[in-house]
Amino acid sequence: MISVRCSILSSVLLAGLALAPVLLGQIGQPLVVTPPLKAVAARSGVLTAKIAVQVRNGYHVNSNTPNDEYLIPLILTWESSPLEPRETVYPKPEMQSFSFSTKPVSVYAGAFEIVTRFAVPAKAPLGPAVLAGKLRYQACNDTMCLPPRSLDVRLPVEIRAQQ
Amino acid sequence: MIPLAIHVRPARAAVVFLCLMLAACSTYSRIPSEASTVKPESERKEAPDFSLKDADGRSVRRSDYKGKVVLLNFWATWCGPCKIEIPWFIEFETKYKDQGFAVLGVSMDEDGWDAVRPFLADLGVNYRTLLGTDMVAQQFGGVEALPTSFVIDRQGKIASTHVGLVSKRDYENDIRTLLNSQ
Repeated sequence: MISVRCSILSSVLLAGLALAPVLLGQIGQPLVVTPPLKAVAARSGVLTAKIAVQVRNGYHVNSNTPNDEYLIPLILTWESSPLEPRETVYPKPEMQSFSFSTKPVSVYAGAFEIVTRFAVPAKAPLGPAVLAGKLRYQACNDTMCLPPRSLDVRLPVEIRAQQ
Repeated sequence: MIPLAIHVRPARAAVVFLCLMLAACSTYSRIPSEASTVKPESERKEAPDFSLKDADGRSVRRSDYKGKVVLLNFWATWCGPCKIEIPWFIEFETKYKDQGFAVLGVSMDEDGWDAVRPFLADLGVNYRTLLGTDMVAQQFGGVEALPTSFVIDRQGKIASTHVGLVSKRDYENDIRTLLNSQ
């Protein structure tokens, strides 16, 4: 019983240590990303990763499909890894009106989720891996905009044998 | 205790009333009908000099504009609030050019002239635009949010700073104040 608790505790601590630099780097940003603490993927299966995003109160970010050619879209990209990103699904944007725009703007605000589905190859190396990605976004409030930024997204994964 | 409270309360009320009246008078006296955000000359600091390229590849220095009132506007094509101000600046350039006024736009677009040129053409920008650098933004205190504008007097000193979208009247009051005072 005690060894099981220690094992869970050490897993949580390790995941926390892996995410700490990423989370600390987000302090003071208008947007915070929280990937799952740890995901488990089975060979030949599909891993669905839900990335929680929180935009600071009073700010918004452009959606992944902005309705103005000059606006910078929100995009989540993944670096190459043993897992193959197959599809990234963004939430439905909100059409919000702002004092600086004559037409409603396609944005995300508050809390939302981005979902990426990864294919796990049959010969993916077993054991722990880290999926590294970047979330590029550009945030504004009602009177000003901040420069486009890229946030690191790190998702620790445990790859197991086919179930 | 009760009689004391009865004696103290009117005195306290009078003090509070007096303070409120003074605060109200002080606030009222600070709202002129045509408010300008221009700093007194003694508090103005020299605007940093820089050298940036315009759309034709010519180097432009801030000091080239000494003797003129300059509205130096940091902006970007992806900045919605900036897009609201640009038509005002086009109007100011036309209206006050002959009185020794100029607008200088500094674009902070990472994609350079490929992004900026079509945008300027779309909006019919009639004033000089330069491509900004992080170093120049740092010289002006970081310029973390856009739009950020500096209104510079004829001596090359920063008379007012506006971060974020402000009213057209605020800009125009600053420009008129500086054009008329020197």
